[in-house]
Amino acid sequence: MKPGLPTRHENVDIVVIRENTVGEYSGLEYEVVPVVFESVKVITKFCSERIAKYPFEYAYLNDRRKVTSVHKVNIMKLADGLFLESFRRVATKYPTIEYNEIILDNCCMQLVSKPEQFDIMVTPNLYGNHVPNTSAGIAGGTGVMPGGNVGAEHAVFEQGASAGNVGKEKMVEHKTVNPVALLLSSAMMLRHLQFPSFSDRLENAVKNVILEGKYLTKDLRGDFTTQEAVDAVIANIE
Amino acid sequence: MSTSRRSVSLLKTLMIHKPQTRAVTYMPRPGDGAPRPITLIPGDGIGPLVTNAVEQVMEAMQAPIYFERYEVCGDMEWMPQEVIDSIKKNKVCLKGGLRTRMGGGVSSLNVQLRRELDLYASLVDCCNLPGLPTRHENVDIVVIRENTEGEYSGLEHEVITKFCSERIAKYAFEYAYLNNRKKVTAVHKANIMKLADGLFLESCRHVATKYPTITYDEIIVDNCCMQLVSKPEQFDVMVTPNLYGNLVANTAAGIAGGNGVMPGGNVGAEHAVFEQGASAGNVGKQKMVEQKTANPVALLLSSAMMLRHLQFPSFADRLENAVKNVILEGKHRTKDLSGESTTQQVVDAVIAKID
Repeated sequence: MKPGLPTRHENVDIVVIRENTVGEYSGLEYEVVPVVFESVKVITKFCSERIAKYPFEYAYLNDRRKVTSVHKVNIMKLADGLFLESFRRVATKYPTIEYNEIILDNCCMQLVSKPEQFDIMVTPNLYGNHVPNTSAGIAGGTGVMPGGNVGAEHAVFEQGASAGNVGKEKMVEHKTVNPVALLLSSAMMLRHLQFPSFSDRLENAVKNVILEGKYLTKDLRGDFTTQEAVDAVIANIE
Repeated sequence: MSTSRRSVSLLKTLMIHKPQTRAVTYMPRPGDGAPRPITLIPGDGIGPLVTNAVEQVMEAMQAPIYFERYEVCGDMEWMPQEVIDSIKKNKVCLKGGLRTRMGGGVSSLNVQLRRELDLYASLVDCCNLPGLPTRHENVDIVVIRENTEGEYSGLEHEVITKFCSERIAKYAFEYAYLNNRKKVTAVHKANIMKLADGLFLESCRHVATKYPTITYDEIIVDNCCMQLVSKPEQFDVMVTPNLYGNLVANTAAGIAGGNGVMPGGNVGAEHAVFEQGASAGNVGKQKMVEQKTANPVALLLSSAMMLRHLQFPSFADRLENAVKNVILEGKHRTKDLSGESTTQQVVDAVIAKID
């Protein structure tokens, strides 16, 4: 949540971690017979274990208190069952971090009614698309949330919420796109590159512009263009 | 300072001192949480007392590090090879003070360590701590000192090379650039040591041209000492050859709050050794050892520097905030800060303040 940005939900401070390589996005779809298509969801023990380790490590290194895994094991007993099993095993190694589980549909409802109960959320691939976009929406919109994709060796930073990251034609023509999300993602990138001082300056400049509330783009109910928002951020850099 | 003046300055510091807010944009790499081994040299005198303080606080925070301890005492002639090997393997070391044998021809173990690992930059961060009254306010100086040559090279005459001058000058400007500092001041005595310090200054001037946004100036060491104690706010980052670095760092530490509270580190291209910033008193008096009243703050803050070096900023923040809150509160202070607490009491207070 950004200070100065009015939203219907306060005290939103959620980090959504999503498995990025398998699950429903494995790309395995085929035609069984004409007009019948099958989409295969793949969850492996290897990928479940490594995505289970990451949120607990993230919580430990960032002084967060709770990890919640989001699933639909009541329906997908085997696939999501494997996912949850990995989590429960990793959770025993982090006794100081609270761990709980929530079914996807209840999760969506809880997110929009009591978001303050969530801290770090972890999901397999598909739900990982719903959950971050919903959380981004309640915390201020897809135009302001930073995000990144990370592996053992490489990292790719982009806007946090996938919805609207290509945007409408009109936004492109009028140049009224919100640059905040990608600016904050680039601050994440600077920290990843171990330039914390530059990262702090960038974050503070962006936060000050939002706090001031003058140079906001259309999605934040302002009237300004991308360039004007950028100029305001540059002016705020120490 | 009178009580009312103290409270006004305290209030001002509290208002200026922004509360630490969590960075929303720190994303650790997978595997970052695995515990890292750190070489620990407790050292002599108060060394074991203050390094033990760090061990206790790290344990309380459950920081992802563990210590490999090596007992070294200043009376040894050479630093044991196993210690050097350990630091070369771990890349990071935390140490207490080591006594230096008097007498010619034998270089101290501290100097041996720096030479062997080529820790060419020594850094002391002298900054007023909120709540700690000092005669000087607005002190925020980082002293960067060439650590391998100059008058302390044990040869009893001065050696300054172009190579070493250039690398320490580069380090100082890079430090300023990466930490958003505005000015680098070179401290020298080129009016007397025309050739040696002349070379040092030439290197600084040469590097300065590559950093046009950073102000560069020079000051002769005697004027520097006087300016430090009268108008310290004019200094930002200071870079010095080895000998003056000892004077300047200890003076700056003294005006900012004393050698019991200033953190420091020694860094080279591959290794880093963290210890108390000010070299004066880092072994301490016998009485401090017996009564266990050594100030652990300096080494605790140096270990926070070490956590940042290891890329654990969250732990570093928590430790720093706990220590700063204990100092701000003012209840648990050791003798050097005009308090009456023992080392253990201060450590307990810090542990209690960790989020």
